[in-house]
Amino acid sequence: MSVSVVQLQEVRKAYQIGPVVVEALRGVSFDIRSGDYVSIMGPSGCGKSTLLNVLGCLDRPSNGRYLLGGQDTSELDDDRLSFLRGSRLGFIFQSYNLIQQLTVLENIEVPLYYQGLSEAESRRRAGGLAERVGLANRLEHKPFELSGGQQQRVAIARALANDPLILLADEPTGNLDSGSGAEILRLFDELHEQGRTLVMVTHDPGIARRATRTILLRDGLLESDVANEREGASRNA
Amino acid sequence: MFTPAHLRRTLRLAVKSLWLHRLRSFLTMLGIVFGVCSVIAMLAIGEGASFETQEQIKNLGSQNIIVRSVKPPEEQKVSDKSSQGFVLQYGLTYPDLRRLQSSIPGVTVVVPGRILREYVWNISRRVDCEIMGTVPWYPQMRNHPVARGRFFTEKDMEAAANVCVLGAAMAEILFPLGSPLGRDVRVGGSYYRVVGVMEPPAGVAPAAEASSSSKPAAHRMYIPLETARRRFGEILARERSGSIEAERVQLHEVTVKVASREAVMAVADAVKEALERHHKKKDYEIVVPLELLRRAERTRQIFNVVLGSIAAISLLVGGIGIMNIMLATVTERTREIGIRRAMGARRRDIVLQFVVESTLLAGLGGLLGVLLGIGIPWLVTWFANLKTIVTVWSPLLAFTISALVGVVFGLYPARRAAQMDPVEALRHE
Repeated sequence: MSVSVVQLQEVRKAYQIGPVVVEALRGVSFDIRSGDYVSIMGPSGCGKSTLLNVLGCLDRPSNGRYLLGGQDTSELDDDRLSFLRGSRLGFIFQSYNLIQQLTVLENIEVPLYYQGLSEAESRRRAGGLAERVGLANRLEHKPFELSGGQQQRVAIARALANDPLILLADEPTGNLDSGSGAEILRLFDELHEQGRTLVMVTHDPGIARRATRTILLRDGLLESDVANEREGASRNA
Repeated sequence: MFTPAHLRRTLRLAVKSLWLHRLRSFLTMLGIVFGVCSVIAMLAIGEGASFETQEQIKNLGSQNIIVRSVKPPEEQKVSDKSSQGFVLQYGLTYPDLRRLQSSIPGVTVVVPGRILREYVWNISRRVDCEIMGTVPWYPQMRNHPVARGRFFTEKDMEAAANVCVLGAAMAEILFPLGSPLGRDVRVGGSYYRVVGVMEPPAGVAPAAEASSSSKPAAHRMYIPLETARRRFGEILARERSGSIEAERVQLHEVTVKVASREAVMAVADAVKEALERHHKKKDYEIVVPLELLRRAERTRQIFNVVLGSIAAISLLVGGIGIMNIMLATVTERTREIGIRRAMGARRRDIVLQFVVESTLLAGLGGLLGVLLGIGIPWLVTWFANLKTIVTVWSPLLAFTISALVGVVFGLYPARRAAQMDPVEALRHE
């Protein structure tokens, strides 16, 4: 009953580094269905980041097809890809990547701004999202006035701003102490329970197990794709 | 492509990031400020100067040709050596006047004038003055109207009446209280009734007239030509360091009015020919105001070209300054650009953001420059007593060009920002 929001078909990605061609992805295929909570694991250099960049439409596959919400992205121009990033995807980075000179509220509004939302509407929506991640009393603060956990929650609110098809998280707890990391992961669980589709790159097996499904990459190839034993796994089936 | 609301928010964003680096933005702006302000100020001073000369030339009348008697240089030496009682004869004559009037086509009016240097008295007040013996239509010919009273008439002329019209400045000196009209002034042994006072000459600021170090001969009194002839005769004698120097000059000045402006140069040539035929020595000079006007116009054009080049160079330098700082800004904000791209910003959104920033920088600089550029000529007029004219178009043009400089020199850094690979940009520290 759930539809595929992501379909990867034999995706390859090669980089030219000087005279050497490095193949970061060597034919990866998998589907992600709506409501999935997928973790991607693998040793460093296995192509995790490249895969995430492809999924995030920041990078194009050299070969193969990537369908996002049923739409083939390989033929889209830069403007269309920008639109997809802004409207269908939500990014959560290891280092938060908030814009330092903007306030919490303004940071959450950034993706709304590029979708051409009116000022009043985007302000209202950003306020609601800030409240949802528990930062309603920090709206006018600048990022450097917040703790790492709080900054990451701002980033999550920002990623949710345009109600995306999937949330892409790149080591979201990598820079956090275990306490705030656990908080973020609890927030992820909540989002998953609300029916959000999440993709999380991590190298921590303990964190990866919180997802319903773990994809293991090795040398640019899919090594395994297993469902995790988890009480929440059956809930969305 | 971009809605007004979108532009407004982009503008606000630009203000914010310029404000974040206040000192840097201000210093960058200075390049444009000085460029714009120096152009406006120089243009205003130049315009003021050329306006004054042009006005002076126009007062001579653009359809007029003025012929003046000049003491020939070789005669001057002779007269120095010569003994007492030698009468030097030179200059324009009454036959010349008749010839100019009758033999040259295109000449409408000819105004002769005799100029005598005398003291003019009102009881104990005295003015060293040029007394001009001329004809009743002199004011119309020289665009120099009468302010109060009237000019003398044909009747005064025929009767060789002792009437006079005073220059504005000398009227003030001789009759500081009350109107000079109807009063008498004394020249030598005879009295003249004042019938009118001239306007001050146009185009010369009263302050400049008073302070300028030019000859005090600015004072002029007008009497009928006939009167001048009868009262003063044709021989002018002047006592000078023990010897008496006398010269016979029939007419000091003849103004020829030409029917149309187009014919002025041709008539000038004809006048020159006519005079050459009857004067062995070059004891006259021909002044063609139209030619002077054209020459002044040409000088102004050259001046404007020079100014334009200076403006172009200074704005170029300012523009390079802006480009430099924008390139630094783009590098510094690589991460932000990556974030914005990941959040859905298209390339043109990024271009717009940086171009708006650089245009704002240059525009603000231009605005400050315009304010300073209008203020400086005012100060120059106040302190240096020079006439300055700020034309309407010079601040407008300077401001427009400065804003354009912002767009042009912001475009390259903005495009560089937009062309960055988002993945690379996000990785940038």
